This record gives sequence, structure tokens and C-alpha cells, in this order.
Amino acid sequence: MEMPDYSGKSITLARSRSARRPQLPCAPVPAPLNKHLIFVTGKGGVGKSTTAAALGLLAARRGLRTVVAELSGQERLQRLFDRHGQHFEEVELAPGLFSISIDPEHAMDEYLRVKAGALGHALASSRLFQAFAMATPGMRELLSIGKVWELAQLHRRTHGAAPYDLVIVDAPATGHGLGLLRTPRTFADIAHVGPIAHQGRAIAETIADREFTGVVAVATPEEIPVNETLSLCETVARERLALDLVVLNALYPVRFADGEVDELVDALSRSRSQLSRSALRAALAEHARAETQREQRGRLRDGVDGRMVELPYVFAEQLGPAEIELLADSLQLELEGRG
Amino acid sequence: MSVSEMLDGKRICICAGSGGVGKTTTSAAIALGMAAQGAKVAVVTIDPAKRLANALGVEELPNEPHRVEHGRLAVGGLEIHGELWAMMLDPKQTFDELIERVAPDPTRAEEIKANRVYRELSTAVSGSQEFTAIAKLYDLDQEHEFDLLVLDTPPSRNALDFLEAPQRLNSFLEGRTLKALVRPTSVGMRVLGRGATPLLAALRRVTGVDLLTDVGTFFQLLGDMTNDFSARAAQVEQLLRASTAAFVLVTSAERESIEEAIWFRRTLEHGGLPFAGVVVNRVHHDLLSGGEPDDVQPALRRALRAELATRVAENFHDYHVLARRDDRNVDRLAQALDGEPLLLVPQLDDDVHDLEGLLRMHRYLFASAAEREQLIADLVA
Repeated sequence: MEMPDYSGKSITLARSRSARRPQLPCAPVPAPLNKHLIFVTGKGGVGKSTTAAALGLLAARRGLRTVVAELSGQERLQRLFDRHGQHFEEVELAPGLFSISIDPEHAMDEYLRVKAGALGHALASSRLFQAFAMATPGMRELLSIGKVWELAQLHRRTHGAAPYDLVIVDAPATGHGLGLLRTPRTFADIAHVGPIAHQGRAIAETIADREFTGVVAVATPEEIPVNETLSLCETVARERLALDLVVLNALYPVRFADGEVDELVDALSRSRSQLSRSALRAALAEHARAETQREQRGRLRDGVDGRMVELPYVFAEQLGPAEIELLADSLQLELEGRG
Repeated sequence: MSVSEMLDGKRICICAGSGGVGKTTTSAAIALGMAAQGAKVAVVTIDPAKRLANALGVEELPNEPHRVEHGRLAVGGLEIHGELWAMMLDPKQTFDELIERVAPDPTRAEEIKANRVYRELSTAVSGSQEFTAIAKLYDLDQEHEFDLLVLDTPPSRNALDFLEAPQRLNSFLEGRTLKALVRPTSVGMRVLGRGATPLLAALRRVTGVDLLTDVGTFFQLLGDMTNDFSARAAQVEQLLRASTAAFVLVTSAERESIEEAIWFRRTLEHGGLPFAGVVVNRVHHDLLSGGEPDDVQPALRRALRAELATRVAENFHDYHVLARRDDRNVDRLAQALDGEPLLLVPQLDDDVHDLEGLLRMHRYLFASAAEREQLIADLVA
């Protein structure tokens, strides 16, 4: 079946889509939820998936049909929502919130079969071609981001698929994450002509469109993640992308004032009970940690001029739907509080 | 079990794990400890924190190992009987050096370095860091006389990337499939036979001719060098599979990270790669000493005013939620490991990205079983 080709028209589509936004009685949609495509990136282990999930849930609550796309092939989102086992298909996790795990080989297969007709079918079944494509540097990235782009189109290439208002990409860790955003441009440059160049250009234009696409950086209040986020800000600015939001995740509460530390130390020196001593030590240790975190928070805030929001550390044995709901609540307060 | 027993007789230690679990600090602490015991050790780090880079003195001298002065390490009172060397990996430079080394002449090396496919290959592509890290490890093994090389693997979301990405890049550099496709008039055509022509036509339509031309030029430039890449790949594989190599998995106590460690352990086993043990960082040890969190507040009654005691109890309660979580996850890991080495490092008071943090982590990694029990007991005492 021959499908219409919308590549290269993403910018006009973006404009026409804004009109389709559900009209809500509340305040205007805060950034970055006013975008159509958001890349969530940050150092490994800082909570990118959790943040992407909370952001997605918040968007869905506001009436936006939202999908969170994972590129790591790990289906973390499904696990966060206690779901299992759907590979490479869109799954509804909560009302209006979907997730999909993108796999380059599956994406290529889909692309070839839908886009290139009989020829595509022939290629898709050729093992030699598969091997060639997967071995070509950057091809996996291009295919993954190509699928992301497809999800963000008003007219989906996938037969019978409904459009999304917002696509949130749970992107790879910082370094690779930005490489991913550069890949389409590189391919467009290398291949000059032909469908890959065409596709690469269309995707690159979509990414460069600051009205359409945004970047969200996630950091924890620790030295290395903060360093990485600060340098990410510079790179994003250099590449003229829109860094809409910096999420400072897993911030410890400040439970004790500085003046109370002496009281705790004093109590520790007088306590004989092992339980009391443990509790006091835990309190002192957490206070020290909270202090270090505040320093790092200050560094980050100074570097990202007003774009920072905070999410609390979640003391839970296991993150599940209830914790994601709580994080979405915090995010909502923070985003609306920023005005 | 301590790291020194884990690495007994090993010449290469690869610290693998997903991002954000303390791999860099763990690698450095392992190298430090082995050097303290008399070995000549080099640690290859990738993007260390500034303070750690500073402590090791690798900031000024990237991409070549240099010796860390003992003076720098003296702060913790740790005596170094051997030598500690450190280097910071520069992936792009390593890749360039590799090309210079295998190219038949400097002109060819320059041509390759200017090729667009190569430029993409050596920087943007995921896997280039992993590939160059292993290439560097191999060179260090060949050219220097270290007793032990410790490799901190690149930050990735997925520990498995470290094994898969270089393979992908290698299969590209060896270029068997690709050469068959881009040089239809020679070997490729004969191998493919008559069926190849429509395939190539289709490929051209889908990929764009110039991409193929570029890839083709790249391979013409590489020429016989692809054989060198194949040979090197085989040697590197030998190095990693040898009984003198050891993969140490680094993880946090959180579920995702633990599950990944278990999975990675299995992958190593299936791939026949040598596994030495797991280091679990940031473990919240049970500090209840048999009591219940609810007992804390009454116990504190005499030592603190009521309102402050309440907050201390709340804090302790939250801490124990994490302790229970970690306990369960570590149990699950221990079961999966079935008696194989498992070292726990407690959640330390703050960020461990400096020398002091390094020394503290070192204490836990190199303690004997009895010493470790004492260290844990001290947390409670």
C-alpha cells in the first residue's frame, strides 16, 4: 500500500497541530508540555525514565495524548506501571499515557514494509541487507530517531495509528543522547540524495524547530551529574536546541537545622542504647548528605538561569504507579509555580 | 573475600556496570589498593570527576598513563608499596592513533582521518568509546609492563553495551558484508551471485547512492588494513577471554541496577568471559540491631527534646525503607551469584569523588571478612 509522504512538512504540521490542542479551563500549558517532542537526557542513574514517566503522566492528566518512547530496549516504563511483556508496541499505561520501546531492527523492518512497498518487503527479508544496515555506523541511531519522528507526526505512517499530542523520549545518557540528535543531520549530509537523505533532513528540521522540539535535562544533586548537566546546557545552546527544563531529581529533605547538629552530636555522646546511637548517626549522615546536595543544587541553579525544577527523593522500596503519581504532582506544582 | 583475593593472578580488570553506580571511583579504588600491596597498576578512566582527576593528576595528561606521585596519595596514611599509574581516555585521539598505527603510510592515514564516514565513526557513533577503550587496553597490555590494568568502562545505560558496541564496530571495520555490497564487480558479486543485482538497486534507492560511494571510498582507503582490524579484534578477544582477565561488575543496590548485574553475569557466562565478582555500592545497611523503627522514639526520649526526637525517628524510618529495599535486592543478587564473590560498600556520608572518598571505599574493598564485619559493626556502634 502506498502511503502519503509527509516528510519535510513537519514545521507546517507543527503549526496546524497547535490548533488541535484540547482547550482546558486552566492556565496555559507550561513549558515543556507545550512542545510536541521532548528529549529527556542526563547522566546514567539520575532517574531519566522516572522523570519521563512523571512528565508523561502530567501531560496526560492535562488532556494531551502522550507517548513515552524508550530507546534502551529495557521497557522500564512498563515495569514502573507494573506492566509486562509488550515489545515494540504502544501500550496504554494510564488514561492518555502510552509507552513504546523502540528497537532499531524492528523500526527498520516497519519502515521498509510501510514506506518502500514491495521493494521494502524484499529488503526487509534480506539478511544481507539487515546486516549491512545494522553495521553502518549511526544507522541504528537514525532508525530509532526515525521511529520517534514518526510517532510525533500528525499523520502516522503506521497504518491505523492515532496521532499523539506529545512524544517524550527517554533518551540515552548525556553524551550519546546528544549524538542521537545529531545523527539525522549527519546522514542527510553524507547521503545527499535519496530517501535516507530526505528522511534525515526532515527529522533534522523537526529537531531544530524550537517550537516543536525541546530538551529536558535530568540531574541528581551530586558533583558529576551537575557537571554533566552544566556542560550539556552549553552544548545544547551551541547547537541552537531548546533546553526547556532542568529537573533536579532525588533531592533529600532538610530535616535538621545547622544549629541542631550540635544537639544531635551531644545526644550521641550521651546515648548508650545502640538503637538511639544508630538513629542519631543516621540523622547526622543524612544532614551531611543534604548539605552536600544543597551545594550542588546551588551550582546547578546558578548555571541554568531559572529553568530548574526540583523533585524530592522518594523513600520507597520500589517505585510504582503511586510514586510516579506523586512525582507528577510535584512536577505540576513546580512547573505552575514557575509561572 | 576481598578485592585482592578476587584479582589474584589477574592482569586485566574490567569494571562494568550501568551508569551512575560509582564505576569510576570503584576502578580507582581497586587500582589504588592493588598498588598499595606492591603491584604496578594502571587505571584507565573515562571522564572522571574533576576532584578525582585532580587527585590522580590525570587532568593535564590525557591519553597516556603517567605515574601518580605517592605524595598525592599520602593523605589517608595508606602506604603504596607498588606503583599507581593513571590515564584519562580520549576516544577520538585513540581512534586516530589506531589508524596511524595500522596505515601503510602517513598520507593514507590523513586521507582516512579526513573521510566523512571515518569522522562519524570515530566520534558520534555509540560504541566508539567502548571500541577505543578496548583498543587502548590492548595497547597498554602490549607496550607496557604493568602487573595489572584496571579499566573503567564508558558510561552507558546498559552494561551490555560495553560488549556489544565494539563488536558492531569491528564487524563494520572488518567490512565483510559491506565490501560484498559496495564492490559489486569483484568478490562480492561472485559471492552473491545473480540475486545481488536487484538487491543493490534497491539498496541504492533506499540509502542514496552517495552514502554507498562514501562507504566504498572509506573501504578502498582502508584496503588491506581491514585485515589488521580483524587480526587485532581476534587478539583483543583472546586478551579478554584469558584466565588472566577479570570482569568486575559494579552496581548500586537499586533494583534496576541489580537486575542488570544478574543479567550481565549470565551474559558473561554464556559468552565464556571471565567473571571475578560484583561490587555493590551505596548499600544502606540495617542499623536496627534487632529493634523496630517504632522503638526509636522512646529510646531517644531521654537524650533529645521530643520534637527533634520525632524528626530523628522519621529520618531513621525513611533510612530503613531503603535498608529493607537494599537487603532484598542484595539477597536476590547473592542467590543468583550462588556463592561467587559479592562485596558490599555502604552508602558513605557524601559524594565520594575525591581522594578521601577513594580511600574510604578502598577500606571496604580490601578488608578481610573479619575486618569488614568490624567496619559494618562500627557503623552501628
